[in-house]
Amino acid sequence: MSLIDLAAVSFAYGRGRKVLDGVDLSIEAGRNLGIVGESGSGKTTILRLLLGLAQPTSGKVTFRGAPLDPRNRPFMRGFRRSVQAVFQDPYSSLDPRQKIADIVAEPLRSLNVETDIDAAVAGALASVDLPPDAAGRYPHEFSGGQRQRIAIARAIVSEPELVLADEVVSALDLTTRIRIVELLKSLSARTTLALVSHDIGFVALLCQDLVILEKGRIVEQGTARDILSSPKHPYTQRLLASTPRLPEFA
Amino acid sequence: MSDATPAFAPLPRLRLTPAFLIGATLVGLHVVVGLLTLIWTPYDPTAMTGGRLAPPSLAHWAGTDRLGRDLFTEIMIGARIALSVGIGAVAIAAAIGVTVGLLAAFASRAVDDVLAATLDILIAFPTLLLAMLIVAASDGASLGTAILAIGIAASSIVARLTRILARRVLAMDYITAARVSGTGWLGIVRIHVLPNIWPTLIVNFALQFGLAVIAEASLSYLGLGAPPPNASWGRLLQEAQATVYTAPFGAIAPGIALVSLVIGLNLFADGLRDVADPTRRRR
Repeated sequence: MSLIDLAAVSFAYGRGRKVLDGVDLSIEAGRNLGIVGESGSGKTTILRLLLGLAQPTSGKVTFRGAPLDPRNRPFMRGFRRSVQAVFQDPYSSLDPRQKIADIVAEPLRSLNVETDIDAAVAGALASVDLPPDAAGRYPHEFSGGQRQRIAIARAIVSEPELVLADEVVSALDLTTRIRIVELLKSLSARTTLALVSHDIGFVALLCQDLVILEKGRIVEQGTARDILSSPKHPYTQRLLASTPRLPEFA
Repeated sequence: MSDATPAFAPLPRLRLTPAFLIGATLVGLHVVVGLLTLIWTPYDPTAMTGGRLAPPSLAHWAGTDRLGRDLFTEIMIGARIALSVGIGAVAIAAAIGVTVGLLAAFASRAVDDVLAATLDILIAFPTLLLAMLIVAASDGASLGTAILAIGIAASSIVARLTRILARRVLAMDYITAARVSGTGWLGIVRIHVLPNIWPTLIVNFALQFGLAVIAEASLSYLGLGAPPPNASWGRLLQEAQATVYTAPFGAIAPGIALVSLVIGLNLFADGLRDVADPTRRRR
């Protein structure tokens, strides 16, 4: 079953050149999707379109078959509850003046979700391996990895069907990165993930499907297994070849 | 985070710096004196209770003015007037300035450009000059007109600061996260923008408070502020000008009152920023 579809979507900022050109992609429930490309390939623009934060210049974005319409408030409320996001920079994605409890509870309060908010926040924090007393603290009291966990807790507290993640590990050190990958892997059992990243190795760890983006166009898409084992497009081959490896010593 | 973390985090300790305590004491003293004048003053402020231009004594702590009125009583009433002008002017500046600044921050680029240019033109006029123009254009000098004039003049500075601060906050990822969480624009202003710009605004309000006190004293000095028998510090300074060499205490006493309130407000503002900003608290 398809959650979100982009059909022949193009996008340009103002009257500038197209950032995206004729993009078709589909996010299926239960199948994690990785959107991979270098800087300037249009990854973040796709993410903004998928989140309903921008409207395509042409083409259509649909959620469960219905077009995303920001003026349709009841529809958007359901969409927001079903689709949440985690952002790249764990330092700027948490409001420094809010306690963690308020940060994590924001989707529940804004979307008027009828639930025990304290219990839901405690549950979300437990899901990302943070203790209950974290709720009473401020973001500056946490490390980068812990902040990213808090951002993930906020994204999952409303129990969405889809979590979109924008370069979630690129600002973290290697050991923290591994822990976040393990956390996302465990979360993918209860929600679908769409990961936007320049790091094909990272998304391949978590995603069944891949989309390779170059200069606003999809150059290759398919299952991660097929693309990694036999990349067809030269750009994909270059991306795979540029993945860092440890040197081999005799 | 270790397992040894206590179940409940201790409350953060507030930084009560010496400067903040001095500021709070100075401002608090003026507030107490100003409120006290509502129920009691040492003498009737309009009554001639001593000789003309008498020096400070036990009976008249700051001496008397050229009509023989008790200067300390007049300075006490001056504190009430200064605080009234400060509160009134800052309230007007905050109401107009924060509203216009937020509208500019959220507006389209074309509207923002027009608002920004208008604010820059208004700021180019000195506050006192703008206040004088507004007083001159009104029915005549009064305390209310002075408050309105100073408040309107200060609002452009508050608006520009609010616009800059709000735009900076709106560019942060947590605003995008709030939009994704379903928070509307009014909610974003209430939950994210105002709490994040508040510490800087409160410092600016306290500075504007001090500037309003100085502006009112200046207007009164020029005869455009609170009319007699209101004992504004500016009017006391103006009246003491003719006798500054023979009876300097007539200028020194209201001068000390004015300077101590403005310094107190500045120190108090810095301390308030520390209290309002959790990221500046000690862990």
